[in-house]
Amino acid sequence: MGWTRNVLRVNLTAGTCTREPLNMEWAGQFLGQRGLGSKYLSEEMDPKAEALGPDNKLIFATGPLTGTIAATGGRYSVITKSPLTGGIACSNSGGFIGAEMKMAGWDMVIFEGKSATPVYLHIENETATLLPADVIWGKSCWDADKTLHAIHQDPQMRISVVGRAAEKGNLYSAIINDLHRAAGRSGVGTVMASKNLKAVCVRGNKGMSADSLHDPVAFMTSTAAGKKVLAENAVTGEGLPALGTQVLMNVINEVGAMPTRNMREVHFEGASKISGEAMLEPRPGDGKPNLVTNAACFSCTIACGRISTIDKGHFTVQNKPQYWGASGGLEYEAAWALGSDTGISDLDTLTYANFLCNEDGIDPISFGATVAAAMEMFQDGAITTEHTGGMELTFGSAEALAWAAEVTAQGEGFGLDIGLGSKRLCEKYGRPELSMTVKGQEFPAYDPRGIQGMGLAYATSNRGACHLRAYTVSSEILGVPEKTDPLVTEGKAGLVKAFQDATSLVDSSGLCVFTTFAWSMDDIAPQLNAACEGDWSVDACLEVGERIWNLERDFNNRAGMTSKDDSLPPRLLKEGAPSGPAKGKVSGLPEMLPEYYELRGWTQDGEVTTQTKQRLGL
Amino acid sequence: MLRSLHISPSKCTGCLQCEMACSFENEGVFNPSKSRIKVFTFHDEGRFAPYTCTQCAEAWCMQACPVDAIVLNRETGSKDVLNDVCVGCKVCTIACPFGTINYNTDTGKVVKCDLCGGDPACVKACPTEAITYIDADATGLDRMRQWAAQSITGNA
Repeated sequence: MGWTRNVLRVNLTAGTCTREPLNMEWAGQFLGQRGLGSKYLSEEMDPKAEALGPDNKLIFATGPLTGTIAATGGRYSVITKSPLTGGIACSNSGGFIGAEMKMAGWDMVIFEGKSATPVYLHIENETATLLPADVIWGKSCWDADKTLHAIHQDPQMRISVVGRAAEKGNLYSAIINDLHRAAGRSGVGTVMASKNLKAVCVRGNKGMSADSLHDPVAFMTSTAAGKKVLAENAVTGEGLPALGTQVLMNVINEVGAMPTRNMREVHFEGASKISGEAMLEPRPGDGKPNLVTNAACFSCTIACGRISTIDKGHFTVQNKPQYWGASGGLEYEAAWALGSDTGISDLDTLTYANFLCNEDGIDPISFGATVAAAMEMFQDGAITTEHTGGMELTFGSAEALAWAAEVTAQGEGFGLDIGLGSKRLCEKYGRPELSMTVKGQEFPAYDPRGIQGMGLAYATSNRGACHLRAYTVSSEILGVPEKTDPLVTEGKAGLVKAFQDATSLVDSSGLCVFTTFAWSMDDIAPQLNAACEGDWSVDACLEVGERIWNLERDFNNRAGMTSKDDSLPPRLLKEGAPSGPAKGKVSGLPEMLPEYYELRGWTQDGEVTTQTKQRLGL
Repeated sequence: MLRSLHISPSKCTGCLQCEMACSFENEGVFNPSKSRIKVFTFHDEGRFAPYTCTQCAEAWCMQACPVDAIVLNRETGSKDVLNDVCVGCKVCTIACPFGTINYNTDTGKVVKCDLCGGDPACVKACPTEAITYIDADATGLDRMRQWAAQSITGNA
C-alpha cells in the first residue's frame, strides 16, 4: 500500500472540502506525487485553460514513501498548469509538510475553482476547513507563517504559503513550506494566489501504520540497506552534507560550463568567492562563517540543506534585525543565478537575496536569470535608469541585486517588470533574443555548450528549462552511473531519455532525486515493492517513469506545444563558448533532437504517437 | 553494565529518523506525534536538539504515581510504565520536571522512553551519531577525550 487512499478535494468557488477515495487503478499506473498528480490534472482539466483562471487546478501530491522512514521520504509536489510556460508544471519540495499530509491521512489535495475572497486551508487529520485569510493576505510568507502558528496555538503545525510577490502576479512565484523549503519553479505559487488561496496548514497525528505497508519487515530491511548505501557514497555521504549542492560551484566552473553574465560567458572569475567552500570561511566583518550548519528535510539521512547567516554589519541588513538570525542559505542553483549569472561575487548579498526569495516566495533561479537579462539590456541601453527609478542595473553590482530582490519580492515598481520573467521582460524591452529560457522558463546553472546532454534535457523538459528533469551532469561530469564525454552529442539522446524516465519515477515515489547520486533503480524498487501492493520491480518502475513522461508531454501537446517549443535561445545555438574546454562549441541540439523523438516513439513534430500511447497504456 | 542515551545536539541535522524509528518500534506506526524522543528546531539559531527521558535515578514520575505503575527495569535502568496498572491520571506528567512523560489520548495511558528494553531504535536510526547508547558510568568520556587530545598537542 503506502497510500492512505484518501484524496481531499477543495472547491474554492463553492467553499467545500470533501473526501474521495484515491483512484487505485491510476496509482498502479502512475505511483504517486508527480505521476499521479499529473494524471489527475490531465484527466480533470482542459490543457488549453487559462493558467491563472478558475479552470486551472492546483494539486498537492505526496508519494507512497512520503511520511515513512525511507531515507528522504518526505517529499511532496505541486502540479498545475504553469503561467510561466503554458505547459504542465510540477514543483517538488522537501521540508516537513509533505510528511505531515500523510500523517493527517491524505495522499493528495486537489484545489479547484477560485475563492471570492482570500482564504487558507486548515487540515487537522480528517477535518479540513477553509478559513478567511484577511489577517495574512498582504503579508510575506515568513510573517504569515508566524501569524498562523500563533492563531492556531500549534508549534507543530506545518505550513505552505505564498508571499506578496505571488499576490502581485509575479510569474515565477514559489510556494514556501517550513519557512525555507520551496515548490519553487514554474510559478506554482502564482496559480495558488490567483485562486485567492494564501496558505495550507496541516497537522496530523494519525501516522503511517505498519499495516499500511505491503511488507513491513521487508520495508525496514530495504530502507536500512538504502541508508547504508547513501552513507557510504562519496557524494551523498560526504560531499552533500559538508558543502551542500554548492559542492558543484568550483567543479562546474572548472569544466567551463558555468553560465555567466546572462550566459555570455562560461566561466565566472568570482566563483570561488561564492562556493560551498567559501561558505565555511570566516568573514572579514564578524569573523563568522556564512554557514551555521547543514540541515535535513523529513527523514533525510543526507542533510544537504544549508543554514546560513548574514554579517549584521553588511549593508544589506544594517538596522534590519529580522534578517540577523539563521535561515535557509544558498544552494548551488541560487548561488549561480544570483551570483555568476549577474556577475556578483559578494556572498552576503547573495545570501540576503536568497533570504528575500524565501521570505516572499520567488524562485531564485528565474529571479536571478531575469535580473541577468535585465542587466544585459541595461548595458545595451534597452533598459535605462528611467525605467528603474534611478538604479544602475549593472553586471556585478551588489547594490542593484539587493534592490532588485526587495522590489521584486514585494511586487513594487520595476519589481513588477522583473516579476514577468526573462522571456516577457526581454519582449517588453524589444530584445527577445536575450532571454535565456526554454518554453518561457529560465535556465539553471549548467551551460549546454560545455555539457551537451543538458542542451537536449533543457529543450525537451516538460516544464521548460530545468536541471531536475534529466540531470545528465551526473554522467557527463561526475561519472554517475558511468562517465560520458560532456563535449559530444553521440549517445546523449538515449542518456537524456533514460534520466527523464528514471527521474519521473523517483519524483513520484516520495523520495528525493538527490538519492540517485548513490542509488540506482535496484536500490529504489525494493523499497517501493515492500511498501506498495502490485509489481514494483525495476522494469515496472522504469515503465511507469516512461509513462509519466509521455503523459506530461501529451498534456503539453494538447496545450498547443510542438517541436518548435523544444528549442534553445540563439545564443546557445550560434555563439560558440568563449573559453574553456568547450571553447568555440555551440549546443548540438539539432543533431540530438530527431534521434530523441525517434527513441521516444514520437513524430518528428514532437507528438506522442497513438502507437506509443497504446504501448504505455495512455 | 548499564548504558545511557547520550545526545550531542551539534551533530543533529533535524531529519526525525529517530522519531520515526521510535514510533514504529513502540507503536507500530511512522508518526512523530507518537515518538518518545523529540527533535526541537531552533530556527533563528540554526540548531537542532533531540530530547527525551534521562531515566532519573530518583524518578519523580515514579515517586508521584499513586498506583505504582512506573517501575525500575533493573536490567537497563529505565523507568518503565506498566500499561495494565496505569490509570491515566497524568500526575506523573505534572511531576516530571523535563516534560518527557506524556499522556496518549488513544490508549488512555502515559508514554515514556523505556530504552526499547536495552536496544534503543532511535540510536540505530540516527545517521550522524547525534544519539548514542553508551556506558552510563562514563557519559563524559567523549569530552574527556577531547581535552586529552588537546593535552598531547604540545600546548600543555
